[in-house]
Formats: sequence, structure tokens, C-alpha cells
Amino acid sequence: MRLELREETNFWLVFLAPIVAIAIALIIASGLIIWTGKPVGEAYFYLLKGAFGSGFAWTETLARATPLILTGLAAAVAFRARFWNIGGEGQLYCGALAATWLGTGMVTLPPVLMIPFLFTAGALAGGLALLLPVYLKTKLKVDEVVTTLLLNFIILLFVNYLLEGPLKDPMSLGWPQAMPIIDQGLLPKLVEKSRLHFGLIVGIASAVMVWVLMRFTIWGYEIRAVGHNPEAAAFAGISINRTVLRVALISGGLAGFAGITEVAGLKGYLTLDLSPGFGYAGIAVAMLANLRPLGVIVSAIFLAGIYVGADTMSRAVNIPNYIADVIVAASVLSVLVSLMLTQYRVRLR
Amino acid sequence: MDILDLFLHAGFWAATLRIACPLIFGTLGELICERAGVLNLGIEGIMTMGAMSGWIWVYKGGDLWTGLLFAAFVGALFGLIHSIFVVYLGLSQHVSGIGITMLASALSFFTFRMLLPSSTTPPKIVPFQPVSIPILSDLPFVGEVFFSQTPMTYLALAIVPLVIYILYRTPLGLAVRMAGENPMALEAQGINVLSIRTGAVMLGSALMAVGGAYLTMSAFDAFYFGMINGRGWICVALVIFASWRPGKALIGALLFAGIDAFQVRAQLSSSAKIPYQFFLMLPYVLSILAMVVMARRARYPKALLTPFRRGERT
Repeated sequence: MRLELREETNFWLVFLAPIVAIAIALIIASGLIIWTGKPVGEAYFYLLKGAFGSGFAWTETLARATPLILTGLAAAVAFRARFWNIGGEGQLYCGALAATWLGTGMVTLPPVLMIPFLFTAGALAGGLALLLPVYLKTKLKVDEVVTTLLLNFIILLFVNYLLEGPLKDPMSLGWPQAMPIIDQGLLPKLVEKSRLHFGLIVGIASAVMVWVLMRFTIWGYEIRAVGHNPEAAAFAGISINRTVLRVALISGGLAGFAGITEVAGLKGYLTLDLSPGFGYAGIAVAMLANLRPLGVIVSAIFLAGIYVGADTMSRAVNIPNYIADVIVAASVLSVLVSLMLTQYRVRLR
Repeated sequence: MDILDLFLHAGFWAATLRIACPLIFGTLGELICERAGVLNLGIEGIMTMGAMSGWIWVYKGGDLWTGLLFAAFVGALFGLIHSIFVVYLGLSQHVSGIGITMLASALSFFTFRMLLPSSTTPPKIVPFQPVSIPILSDLPFVGEVFFSQTPMTYLALAIVPLVIYILYRTPLGLAVRMAGENPMALEAQGINVLSIRTGAVMLGSALMAVGGAYLTMSAFDAFYFGMINGRGWICVALVIFASWRPGKALIGALLFAGIDAFQVRAQLSSSAKIPYQFFLMLPYVLSILAMVVMARRARYPKALLTPFRRGERT
């Protein structure tokens, strides 16, 4: 057996790749459902119903998709330049911390200014969280995967400390949670009596902006060039270090945005369970979208549907909802293979 | 408590050794993979898998040693998946590794929840018990630290010289190192690079899983979610700290564990001036520091991260 480079990439293959990958992931998950002894069809029926079966289901799914779009974009931008930022989780919390620090009474502005102010602060905080990994990567060649991963743990412990110490809400009856964001900073709801909020618009707008940036600007060109072939990019006069720094700030900023949407849109205050791994799930979102910014919107909504639907499934037929994580992880691995097959053809010989 | 007292206390050194063991297994496992040219970021998930599968084997009535073998087998299986992706298909080692970690952790949690639905107090097993080695364990101090440990601790200490011997003194070890330094030359010797790499990744992953199993079968007696808690990533950092040498990896793991054991005791004895979260941060901060310190001297295996395709020049 041999792999052979295709002369041209077929558009339909690229389009089909993630769909095939998801199908494979669902087949693997079916195996697990059979193992639990539950009917597969019924289980998936509840998953689908819980994710997209009603107006309420849609608002829940889209609310869950909001942070995933942003962390997915964060991963997509970074991975495009082969900057392996696995620290989305920590950067998300940095964004949320900035919102909590500035948005619980320190600064009071009318909502039209307050909300953009919080987003800017969150993006700055998320970007700052990547400065150390970037410095270590560009100056000392320390692998950014490990530093960003380790920083997730450090940042989470720091948030834990702040929530039990300086940022603790005295009215919280002993729970480690911060003061609520002031009303001017809260994101408006998109649908009455639902959890869907303005953050979704921010997510979609960010995706469009990243798409424009990557596709039509010199920065985007440089980012793609560095990701494709760093030696050639350097030879062509592109500063690799500067591009990596730029990518890191954009990527960290997007993850910081996700912190803002969660704290000012969904919860209203910072807690330690603000994100159930949105930073890590963002990697799956980005991979399923083949690192394409607009594709991130679709894959985020899809994966959000899996997470939301799995809760319904878990309640209805009593299957542990960790099955959602299995589906997401399996689709990351299978999309890797199916995307490779869009570039290579398998020759049996 | 006086700091000097602490270091004279045998319990401290015994604790250091216990904390070091999962790191020793994990670091050696990662080191073997990387020496063959494959970065294995599946380590965090594989350790979780090892912790869960070994524990559940014993919980379901299996015996401890076969449970350990089972954990190693499951670990090797995930190593095989990673190998298929990165060795045979030449896919991104970073993304595949993260994917393996996500998959292995998710499967561990799913399996645990399925076999033990909603248990509030985690059920327990009877883990490996300390075995005193006759005569040696009667030695003052040294006996208590080194010779009254569980069999898995002895295994961790025995495996270091074994790995050193195999890597540096056998043709197989030479082949593994060449797969990571100069796979073309290995191929020219008529040795299949892909098989060597796959074997190394499977063996390394088995060791990682054993490291995870140490936590549930020797150090504690139950499985908790989030039990691995970044230990896998710390092992990846320790490999860099050890500049890919097994002997230094042992020293690194012990040094690291010593600081961790010290941290726990300092946390208990400090009069609440420093919040406990800062003590808990220490291992992660140290891991980053360790990489920074060694960065300039780091000698990566030359073919690390580079897929090998037969008949293709890189």
C-alpha cells in the first residue's frame, strides 16, 4: 500500500471529509451504546431531539456553540501558522477574569461602551496569557504545546485563588464565585426567556473577520505562509517571530472573547466551572472545520448539538453523557485521516 | 516545622519516592517514544486510561498483577492508534496526540460511569501493599525510604536501568535511537523504520499507562476523575529537562517529586500566609522553568516530529 499525492484537490472531497469523519465517530459511539445495552436508534433520536428538536433546543445549542465558535477560531488561526496553542482554556479564563475585574463595579459606562470595553479587555487578557509561551518559543525554542497546556493548570489555580480570596463575592454564601457583572456590561438576550445571548453575534462576526483577515490581507497571507513552509516564508522576507506573535495575540484574544461571552452573556458572574473544557473542545471544532474560519461556525454548532443532545440522551435512556466527549474526540482523529485522503490517494499495489 | 527536620525525616523521602513513581513511568514512556522520533501527546489520556483500566480490572475481581498487565495492554493499544496515525500515515503528531488524549480520557470516564453508575463515594480496591525486603528494610533510614515500598515502586526503580541497558547496550536500542536521529540510515541497514517506531510508541504508551495505574493501584485505592491532573504534561516537560536521557529522567522525576512532597508539607505547616493554590501551582511552574533552564542545551532527537516515508527524501 502506498500513498500518492493528488495532483489537484477535489472540492467535494474536502467538503465530504468532515461529514465522513463524523459518521465514523458516530459509528464508534454506536458501539459503546450497544455495549451499554441500550437501543442505538432511540439513543440517537434523543440526541437529535435534544440538540435540534425544538426552538428551545436550538437556543440551547446555539448558546453552547457561542464559546465554541470563539475557541474554535482561536485554535484555527493558531494552527494555520503551526502555532500549537492548546491553552484556549486558560486564555478563556483570563478573558473572564478581566471582565470580572473591570466589570463588577470598577468601571461604569453605558452599555454601548461597556460591552465593547469588556470585550477589548478580555481579548487583551487572553492575548497576554500567550506572551510567555511565544517568548519561550521564539527565543528559546521551548515547545509551545507543553507551556500552553501547563499554563492552563496555573491559570485555573490562580482563578481558584482569586475566587476564594480577593474576588470572592461576600454575598455568595460561601460558594467560590465572583461579584456579578454590572447590568450595563451584561450581553442582551437574543431570544426572550432563553439563554441565547448577543455573544453568538460576536462569535459569527469574529469568524467573518478572521476569514477576511486570513483571505484578503497581507497578515493573513503571512500567517498562511509561515504555517505552510517557515523556511520559504523567512526566505521571502517574512519575519517568523513577528508573525507568530501576531497569531498568538489574535488567537489568545479570540479565546479571551469566549471568556467574556460566558461570564457576561451566560452566567453573569465568574465561577470555577465557567467552562467545561471549551478551550479543548475548540481544537476539535477547528479540526472538523479544516481550520477554515467560516467552517468553524458550522462545526461549532454541530459539536454544541452533540454536547447538548447528549445530556438529553443521558437523561432519557441513561447513557453516561461522556459519550459526547467520545464522539468529539473520535471525530478529531477521524477527520485527520479523512482530510489526509483529500490530499493523498491510496494506491494498493 | 523546621525545614532541616523535614529532610531528616524518612517519611518525607518515602513520600518523594511515591510521588516520583508515576512520573518515572510516564517520563520513560515519553522518552522512548521521542527517542524513536515520535512525540506522544497522548500521554495525559493514556495515563488516565491506565489508571482507570487497571483499577476496574481489580475492582471486578481480577488480581493486581494481571490488572497491571491489562493497563499496559490498553496503553499499548492507544499507542498503536497513535502510531497508525503518525508513523504510517504521517499525520501531525501534535494534533493526533491531543486527539488521543481526548479520546482516551473520554473513554475512561465513559467506561467508569457506565460500570459504576452514580456512586457518590468512590468505591475502593485493596491496592499493592508495601513489601519489606528482609534485612535491607531493617537498615535505619535507608530501609524505611527504599526497602519498605510497594512492588510497583520497586518496579519503577528497576525499569530505569533496564531502559538504559536496552537503549544504549542492545542492537534494538540502537535501532530505536537511529529511528529518531537518522531514519534513512536505519532503513539503509535493512531495518524497517516504521516497525521500530511503532514498537517504541506502543512500549512507551504501555509504560505511561502503568504510570497511571500506579496512582489507582499503589498510591491510592480509588479512581477519581481528573486524577492525572496534568501529570502527563509534566512528564513531557521532564523529558526535555532530562535531555532525552533515562538516567537524568530518573533524577528529574525525583527532584520534581521532592519539591512536590516539600510543597505539601510546607502547605500544612505554613501559617496560612500563602494561599494553598500557589503551592499547588508549583509543579506546573517548575515544569515550565525546567524547560527554560534546559532549553539552550536541549538536544532534540533530530528526526523528532518528522514522518518517515519509504523512498522519500526529507
